[in-house]
Amino acid sequence: MKTLADLKKIREKAQEEMKLRDGKVRIKIVVGMGTSGIAMGARDVMKTFLEEISNRNLTDVLVTQTGEKGLSSMEPVVDVIEEGKPKVTYGNMTPEKARRVVVEHIVNGRVVSDYVVATGD
Amino acid sequence: MSLKRIDLLICCGSGCISAGSLKVKERFLELLTEKGITSEVNIIETGCMGPCDYGPVIVVYPEGIFYKSVKPEDVEEIVTEHFLKGRPVKRLMLKEEEKLVASQKEIPFYQKQVKVALANCGFINPESMEEYIATGGYEALGTVLTTMNPQQVIDVIKASGLRGRGGGGFPTHIKWQLVHDLESEEKYIICNGDEGDPGAFMDRSVLEGDPHRIIEGMMIGAYAIGATKGFFYIRAEYPLAIKRIRNALKQAKEAGLMGDNIFGSNFSFDAEVRTGAGAFVCGEETALIQSIQGERGNPTPKPPYPAVKGLWDKPTVVNNVETFANVPTILMKGADWFASMGTETSKGTKVFALTGDVNNTGLVEVPMGITLRELIFDVGGGMANGHEFKAVQLGGPSGGCLTREHLDVPVDYETLKERGAMMGSGGVIVMNDQKCMVNVAKFFIGFCMDESCGKCSPCRLGLKHMYNILDRITKGEGKEGDLEELQNLGETISKISLCGLGQTAPNPVLSTIRYFREEYESHIRDHSCQTKVCTDLFHFMIDKDRCIGCSLCARKCPVSCISGSREDKYTISQTECIKCGNCQDVCPVKAIDRIPGMHPDVQKQLLEKQNTITEEE
Amino acid sequence: MYKEICEKYAPEKDNLIYILHDIQDNHPQHYIPEEAVQVVSEYLNIPTNHIYGVLTFYTMYSTKPRGKNIIRLCESPPCYIKGSTNVLRKLKTILGINTGETTKDGMFTLELCSCLGVCGNAPIMMINEDVYGDLTEEKVEEIIDKVRRGNQ
Repeated sequence: MKTLADLKKIREKAQEEMKLRDGKVRIKIVVGMGTSGIAMGARDVMKTFLEEISNRNLTDVLVTQTGEKGLSSMEPVVDVIEEGKPKVTYGNMTPEKARRVVVEHIVNGRVVSDYVVATGD
Repeated sequence: MSLKRIDLLICCGSGCISAGSLKVKERFLELLTEKGITSEVNIIETGCMGPCDYGPVIVVYPEGIFYKSVKPEDVEEIVTEHFLKGRPVKRLMLKEEEKLVASQKEIPFYQKQVKVALANCGFINPESMEEYIATGGYEALGTVLTTMNPQQVIDVIKASGLRGRGGGGFPTHIKWQLVHDLESEEKYIICNGDEGDPGAFMDRSVLEGDPHRIIEGMMIGAYAIGATKGFFYIRAEYPLAIKRIRNALKQAKEAGLMGDNIFGSNFSFDAEVRTGAGAFVCGEETALIQSIQGERGNPTPKPPYPAVKGLWDKPTVVNNVETFANVPTILMKGADWFASMGTETSKGTKVFALTGDVNNTGLVEVPMGITLRELIFDVGGGMANGHEFKAVQLGGPSGGCLTREHLDVPVDYETLKERGAMMGSGGVIVMNDQKCMVNVAKFFIGFCMDESCGKCSPCRLGLKHMYNILDRITKGEGKEGDLEELQNLGETISKISLCGLGQTAPNPVLSTIRYFREEYESHIRDHSCQTKVCTDLFHFMIDKDRCIGCSLCARKCPVSCISGSREDKYTISQTECIKCGNCQDVCPVKAIDRIPGMHPDVQKQLLEKQNTITEEE
Repeated sequence: MYKEICEKYAPEKDNLIYILHDIQDNHPQHYIPEEAVQVVSEYLNIPTNHIYGVLTFYTMYSTKPRGKNIIRLCESPPCYIKGSTNVLRKLKTILGINTGETTKDGMFTLELCSCLGVCGNAPIMMINEDVYGDLTEEKVEEIIDKVRRGNQ
């Protein structure tokens, strides 16, 4: 990368991918994997999401990670992002709750309101 | 061999049966036979699955799809489209309820926050440089290197009012200007990631969650001062932060964002990671420099300041993680934008770490000038478990305690100092009315005493002496004159210690004496801990009226100091009791209370012991 | 073995901290033996007493053999006010050791440490590089069990 123009190209491409506009990914599940989240069990939550997505062969769902949002008392925290819908943030997640989120929200489109701590950006 | 690839769960709870689920099951059996796929589908009748208003309900696995209000006429579509063609039938799927879930904009935890340093934390993948770039990353660096000279960069930081976020609150532009103005063949820039303050974890969060931001901030600083080499000094207790920064450095180098002639300019830069090994004092800049050089982390006298003679005796700027995190955004959005937030002397935002007895523990970034009341009760969600607010320790072991009367103090560097507290790194430890302030002060001094590097006597010996006095007080051995001695010692140690650790260590003790004097006096004069925390200054009592003589407490007592009978009820032998609290935990009728103060038997024993010692002397 | 570790780094004094970490992390008993200090001294050309000065200053290094799993429980104020004392008592009971000691089977060493920087989820402990938060006496028992089984 040698110029600001090069940087701009990378930025635009990355923005497209993050907005799920290219149609390859329908839903993004973002698991908070900062030390706070990990100390509260985020690794097992991440593992469960990956397993459930794989078992159901959901090829249009992406599971990825992020740092801490600052909600220590609600860790592990998971965001579910879908194009055209407000982002849903789930808190105090466990592997069991993750399974329910996959079945109800990811597959059937029903937000599990009991686990939600916030919506939107 | 079983070829079952689909599990079909049909709800046969009474609600669904009355809605016709058994007829649905019959229809499934017919169609599966017709299509020749009975061996592939496992039909399971279940009890009630929940959404009874939508019965009959069926669930198809492995996907876990819920179909609602299924009628026998729908079964053919489900079998042909879903089972045979793999296309779930959308019109029958159970959809999202119309329940309102609060938007972030309406929740107090979020409402008052303005994220600058934390802008990307929790949103981007910290292992993806592309995601950092997508949010505008490295645009500031590119603009700086192609359109500004170093002095212009320093001028922007000066106009923004940015002050060091690590605790000192020293104006960032002054350090940068000093080093910029010095002629030297080599200059260094260091990121201080040795966050050791109890109660502070914002640096860890940013290092883990947005590593490229710190790198970009450091590089802008390096350009401003004329440094070509940088170091990230990260404590070894943060393995994930170390990993993420190392990874980000590698990515930046591979992309040409670090190395020679960055963005086609004359600026070349390289950085690496150095780690600590468990020493709080290495957060002090001169001790940190010693550590990087492979020495014990003993601070060195200032002057000379690191800006003049730092790492390997070269001009060095040491900045905190959060300070660097603000830099790219200041350069992109402008000094005026940053300075429009905060107070007259403390511009911009600050990340606070809320911990302790508050509902919403975690990291919050708010404009300076927010009041403690807003921070604790709005953003923090108020006191946890229904307890009352008692005190808040600000700035970790260097800071002081503030009380109820200070809740409406706007938080900024100067207002806190005036009241005997300190912004420090932004740690906010909230304490409820169950906490003993004498005990808390003892813990803070104990921490500093353990972490003292040992080089200078006031800190090495003085803190130990303060600790010993506090220890005596919490054990009921306090004397008249102890408070005055603590104050004298504290003031002396603050004045003559070599470095910031010793200079600020007495603060928690001095501020708790200032605001909670009666609590200290109750410990010393009455041998009583009103909050029933100091084990020697409260005792357990069995209320004979409530006691039912079940003997459970006696059986659970680890030192067998409870005796009695069903008729006479039970009594604790106070001089043997170790205050473990087991008896209170197991009593089925809650007949055991904690009573402030020493039991007369224990007082008598203590007096006898003291008299014996006096006689021997 | 120690020589190989040293040679991963340039023979400069400022690499001392890295080299000591590497030696300790690769030793099954998580410590830095005397013979390792000799090797490092020769490699970096600095006196052994300087190395001991550094070793004894920084709390994460040990000059004595320790167990396979180093438990570090935070005793700093934010963890203390959230009940780290109860957790410590439980650990001492289930492991049957005091702080600074190692279990007879060499599986666990129990240490107290200063703030680990995860205060929002206090009380906190680390076992080697893994962090565990929001500890209670029950949780701690489960965690020790899990680590024990994981090691078998």
